[in-house]
Amino acid sequence: MRFWLSCAAISIGAVFLAFSGANNYLFFAGFVVLQSIVLASAWNILGGYAGYVNFGVPAFIGAGAYAALMMHLAFAAPLLLQIAVAGIITGLIGFLVGLLTVRLRGIFFSIATVALVFIFETLVMNTPFLGGATGMQLTRPESGGLFPSYMRMLVVVMTGLAILAVATARYVQESHIGRGLRAVRDSEEAAECSGVPTLKLKLLACALSGALLGAAGAPLPMYLSYIEPASTFNLLYAVSALAMPIIGGMSHWIGPVIGAIILASLQQIVTVTISSELNVLVVGLLLVVFVVAAPEGIVGLVKRWKSSSK
Amino acid sequence: MTFSFDLLLEAILFGILLGGFYAAVSLGLSVSFGLLDIPNVAHPAVLLLGAYGAFSLGQYGVDPIVAGLLLMPVFFIAGALFYKTYYLVFERRGDAAAVNGLAFFFGVVFIIEVGLVIWYGVDQQSATAAYIGGSLELGDIRLPYRLLAAFSVALVMALALSLYLSKTFYGRAIKAVGQDEGALRLMGVDPVKVKQLAFGIATGVNALAGAVLLILAPIEPTMDRIYIGRTFCVVVLAGLGSMSGTLAAGLILGIAESIVLMFLGASWAPAVAFGLLMVMLGFRPQGLFGR
Amino acid sequence: MDLSRRKLIGTASSLSIASSVFSVPAWANNPIKIGMSMPQTGPLGAGGKAALLALKMWVEDVNGRGGLLGRKIDFNAYDDQGNPANTPGIYSKLLDVDKVDLLIAPYATVPTAPIMPLVKQRGKLLMGNFSFQVNAKVKHDMWFNNAPWNDAEGWFAGFLQAAKDSNSKTIAIAAQDQEFAQNLANGVRAGLARTGLTSVYDQNYPPTTKDFSSIVRAIRSTKPDVVFVASYPGDSVGMVNAAHEIGLGPTVKIFGGGMVGLQFTPVMESLGSKLNGIINYNTYVPGMPLKGIEDFFKRYTAKAVAEKVDPLGYYLPPFNYATGQMLEQAINATKSIDDKAIAAYLRANTMDTIVGPIKFDAGGERANQRVIMAQFRGVKDKDLEQFRSPQRQVIIHPTADKTGDAIFPYEQARKS
Repeated sequence: MRFWLSCAAISIGAVFLAFSGANNYLFFAGFVVLQSIVLASAWNILGGYAGYVNFGVPAFIGAGAYAALMMHLAFAAPLLLQIAVAGIITGLIGFLVGLLTVRLRGIFFSIATVALVFIFETLVMNTPFLGGATGMQLTRPESGGLFPSYMRMLVVVMTGLAILAVATARYVQESHIGRGLRAVRDSEEAAECSGVPTLKLKLLACALSGALLGAAGAPLPMYLSYIEPASTFNLLYAVSALAMPIIGGMSHWIGPVIGAIILASLQQIVTVTISSELNVLVVGLLLVVFVVAAPEGIVGLVKRWKSSSK
Repeated sequence: MTFSFDLLLEAILFGILLGGFYAAVSLGLSVSFGLLDIPNVAHPAVLLLGAYGAFSLGQYGVDPIVAGLLLMPVFFIAGALFYKTYYLVFERRGDAAAVNGLAFFFGVVFIIEVGLVIWYGVDQQSATAAYIGGSLELGDIRLPYRLLAAFSVALVMALALSLYLSKTFYGRAIKAVGQDEGALRLMGVDPVKVKQLAFGIATGVNALAGAVLLILAPIEPTMDRIYIGRTFCVVVLAGLGSMSGTLAAGLILGIAESIVLMFLGASWAPAVAFGLLMVMLGFRPQGLFGR
Repeated sequence: MDLSRRKLIGTASSLSIASSVFSVPAWANNPIKIGMSMPQTGPLGAGGKAALLALKMWVEDVNGRGGLLGRKIDFNAYDDQGNPANTPGIYSKLLDVDKVDLLIAPYATVPTAPIMPLVKQRGKLLMGNFSFQVNAKVKHDMWFNNAPWNDAEGWFAGFLQAAKDSNSKTIAIAAQDQEFAQNLANGVRAGLARTGLTSVYDQNYPPTTKDFSSIVRAIRSTKPDVVFVASYPGDSVGMVNAAHEIGLGPTVKIFGGGMVGLQFTPVMESLGSKLNGIINYNTYVPGMPLKGIEDFFKRYTAKAVAEKVDPLGYYLPPFNYATGQMLEQAINATKSIDDKAIAAYLRANTMDTIVGPIKFDAGGERANQRVIMAQFRGVKDKDLEQFRSPQRQVIIHPTADKTGDAIFPYEQARKS
């Protein structure tokens, strides 16, 4: 109950902010932070709960973005429909990837997901309708509907997506799905021997994770009014989506949220004040530091501190 | 694209030379991942470090191949030390370290990439040498000298490594440590030291391979990403742990890429390595020559 | 006057004299902020740095004259690395965080394309910087491009003339898959029917391509008369090197066209004799009569050598300085820094600059085009100063600037 109350409060807060006179750049940067929450939570469903490291996050983001673009170009679809369709398509992709890699463990699964990124990027580069390697300039709709501007509307939509992602992660964690996935993560063979439907659970996790990742990517063309493959399929998304749950803590749904807020905000601040190279260094360093020194993440540190101070 | 046998022949020759190179850059990975099961995604990034190292030495007039040879001992020591750290942090803890080990290496990849950007800038860099710029004329076919140089070095490296692993005591120990650590210990050999040696060799080989990369084409800091595909494709195609398989797999990849490049165009070439990798992982994950 | 009032007047006057002596001059308190991003590293970096130097020179000159409208110019340029992914964020920051008054576009089409929708949405004037047809789809009405070209037809005219003169029938096209090269190549492709040339090879290659020997080999096998390339500096160098390594074949009469980078003197110096015979576009070749440009080059070279930037500065710097001059004339004439007012002035008038008179058409491109097609001749290796001589680049088009005829076939021209 507390959870849903907080979600409602956040939504109302977001709407208020959208109507306030706050600086435009806040929304430009805020979009990225909210998107990171979605990415981190979605990644963690497969990575943290099931132990399958998806390094092909950019493939799903890109697929979502280009699916949304296709809906926009071919059917002039409104934003919410673009997001929905993108989510369905990438959910399907996630399901298929799960099916294809069903026998692969550990590093093989990760490498297969990296392969997806390059394959999708190459497909887009060879599709002139989607802009090819050159990319495409887009005109946004003039108004933001009920909101003062399109960007502010985007941020409110993104807030909604973030709540959806976190709620999904929370549901998966606390349900039998989460229990099954944890069994898979700890020992897949033991889980199968105990009768856990590992294949079904893995496919479900792949599909859910993929769908949310794609939905997070769908607003990108409209956000930038421009899209091109190199930045959309950028592996930086992969390392960020990996770092945020690790920093926050992979065992609990609040971990990715904490990690995303901290890391994404830090990245935005560094980009604005120093340079965009350093922002990549920040991610890499924090990831390595946490993996070596605090693999349980901030959630783990808090747990340990709580139990030691008893 | 008009098809002609001349063009096909030239593409195949080009592919063989290129393939030899791909095999050379994958040798290190064959050892660290194929034999030791270390999820070394940072292998191509270290390769790039070798290339930039050769470039820096080149600023002082050192020939790239010589630079590569000079860097080999440095990389060897660095690799051995790095493995010891990795072992102490991850392998000894033995927890569900799959995620953490992978995450660690991915983090290292990006740190190296950014380091290169900060130190060298995002611009392309290339080497100059006597054998870069001309080509061998065989009738209507032109084979660039830089490719021939790369292929020769690759061949020598592959042969040397193969001989080392099969003929010397420690070489065989490296092969053994992946198969049965316990038995090795019973023979009085410390497995950790052997693994250190192996990782050191894998990294050292990368130094020379990186120098060859510099000879072949201009380098820039994000190049490691596509080489993740190429090196893992070769290693998976070969089957883990097979050195001669690495050479054959490299050739297959080289020829495939070259044919696609020639007849389908440069826009499809990036997907060849990854596509082949996906196919192998989907249908025959143990590779063509694997154990 | 009684004592207290005298004291009051005395205190007031001494205070005002004191304040005018000790206060900051009003002009620097309320500066005009001009902001942009410029590729200072990355594939376009060599040109970008030179262009930036010219802009800074203009800012210094204007501030030395007392600023514009009595206000100092505050100029800031970020580095976008020539990467189109960076420019939307940078220009959002310029508008919302730095709160600049006026915007200049980054050098080149690829970094500029992503920000066109943004500046149109925000109703901001954008001074274009050597982009090609980047406003064609967005149709922003406050866009003004300083480059001396308009559309593909104008660009291609000289190259086409050389093809006609050499009785060429077939053409091979290689174009990088990015905004500039595709705009140019598509324009060329659309006009092929009129030219009587048939295409025997037509390839778009991705920006990540590093090996051009396969492309050159494929071109060779089709035995074309003309080879047209549209590329950015990295691949221009790659193509020239590959053409030398593999060879284009004996049939090629004309080679070149739209290769960016062969105008930057550091690139020209490093390619050296490999340039000979190539017929490529340019915007300025030494010897062209332009008022005030010699003085500009003298001042520019002094600064460029100190900052280790392209010392000759023929290609971009004069036109970037001209951008500043145009802004200056518009602001002084309209007595405001309002985007719309400046745009209206630029649209209606012909501005006088160091690269000659500049007049814009309805789309913001040049109404008076002047694309130079020149053939490299007699270039030696490792010699920068040789490019000061007009004979290194023989102008074959337009007729008004012509200094010689094209030599073909390409194999023969290479040895000239």
